[in-house]
Amino acid sequence: MLAKRIIPCLDIKDGETVKGVKFVDLKNVGDPVELARAYAEQGADELVFLDITASFEGRKTFVKLVENIAKHINIPFTVGGGISEVDDAKVLLDAGADKISINSAAVANPNLINDLAAAFGSQFVVVAVDAKENMNLNDWVVTVKGGREFTDKRLFSWVKEAEERGAGEILFTSMDHDGVKQGFANDALRRISETISIPVIASGGAGAMSHFKDAFILGKADAALAASVFHYNEISVPDLKAYLKQEGVTVR
Amino acid sequence: MNSQNIVIIKYNAGNIRSVKNALYHLGVDAVITSDPEKIVKADKVIFPGVGEALTTMKYLNSSGLSDTIKSLTQPLLGICLGMQLMGKYSEEGSVDCMGIFDENINRFQIPADNSLNMKIPHMGWNRIFDIKCDIIPSQLENEFVYFVHSYFVPLGVDTAGVTDYFGRFSSVLQKDNFFATQFHPEKSGIVGQQILKRFIEL
Repeated sequence: MLAKRIIPCLDIKDGETVKGVKFVDLKNVGDPVELARAYAEQGADELVFLDITASFEGRKTFVKLVENIAKHINIPFTVGGGISEVDDAKVLLDAGADKISINSAAVANPNLINDLAAAFGSQFVVVAVDAKENMNLNDWVVTVKGGREFTDKRLFSWVKEAEERGAGEILFTSMDHDGVKQGFANDALRRISETISIPVIASGGAGAMSHFKDAFILGKADAALAASVFHYNEISVPDLKAYLKQEGVTVR
Repeated sequence: MNSQNIVIIKYNAGNIRSVKNALYHLGVDAVITSDPEKIVKADKVIFPGVGEALTTMKYLNSSGLSDTIKSLTQPLLGICLGMQLMGKYSEEGSVDCMGIFDENINRFQIPADNSLNMKIPHMGWNRIFDIKCDIIPSQLENEFVYFVHSYFVPLGVDTAGVTDYFGRFSSVLQKDNFFATQFHPEKSGIVGQQILKRFIEL
């Protein structure tokens, strides 16, 4: 039986770890390589590193960091942020990344998914989707720029399209739930999981251990990602795994 | 550093560096090369793989690397796509593979009634059991290792370890000096490290 995955996410700026609460108020929480190694030893199943640096110099720092991470951890990791063409992804692959995640670049240019899948295989391509529920439309609207900008894409049709274009995995963040710590968007998650046949990572909303269980059981997610609850030691990975096991969820 | 000469075969895109990194932590500075001469002379060979079967097989045939690999007598470890290409025939691109192992490579199929929500690729951590492989310590029975694949090798004469994903398949193969894992030992934490260590110590 395939285990449900627990994925700590590290936001990186200029080579250092940060985590934004609702994407503002950044606060430094440590050295990425040290943090990554600690999570790997604790039993994290995968790691995600998101580069939120805008500058060219910062991008180069990030590539160096990816090389360093690859040298020091022996579990899979995904890197994202600032990837808008195949060459950007190639640099990160060569640096040792197992997967890359693309978000707004895929919305702006959906063909990028096809190109990346053709160049490196679907297993390398995670499409991250940020969305907000719109009660008037009775649908979820895909957003970019940290939820500040709405697009004409709708969540469920967009994840289906991403799958058809060659995405290997979907990382879904509910911008309504992110940072609020009241649980994941389980209804939307379940609908995504039933719409597509590639794995789905739940993101946004983790505040308690039961939220992870709900994402796996109610939301049918294959993996769950969180940042601050892990970084600030509110939930430890070993405790979370023990809890999930007790609740009947298969974990490593 | 361990003085062994371990070669990682380079053949196309794919995360080869992670194999080198994992070996480095075990004290081996492996060489990444596509040079047949260096491969033949190596003490041990690793045939990694992330990619697509048809394209890769074409490249291995045209470059002569497939003949080199088949002729090797030292221990060789195939990983993921590397393992599949050592099989007989792959449904991925309908291509004849190297035929080192007798098994074919089939695609996972999602059942018509997918109430259990099967996903393809089989991605993540799953257990290995029924282990009878010289490079996998028996205490690793039922341990979790990391998989990413959409095609699989059914159970057969060369099966040396089993995993269950909507049915049992070969997650480890062994025949003579040829070893292969469908999972990625280089990405399987300390469990994977023990397997690579055993391979180095053969």
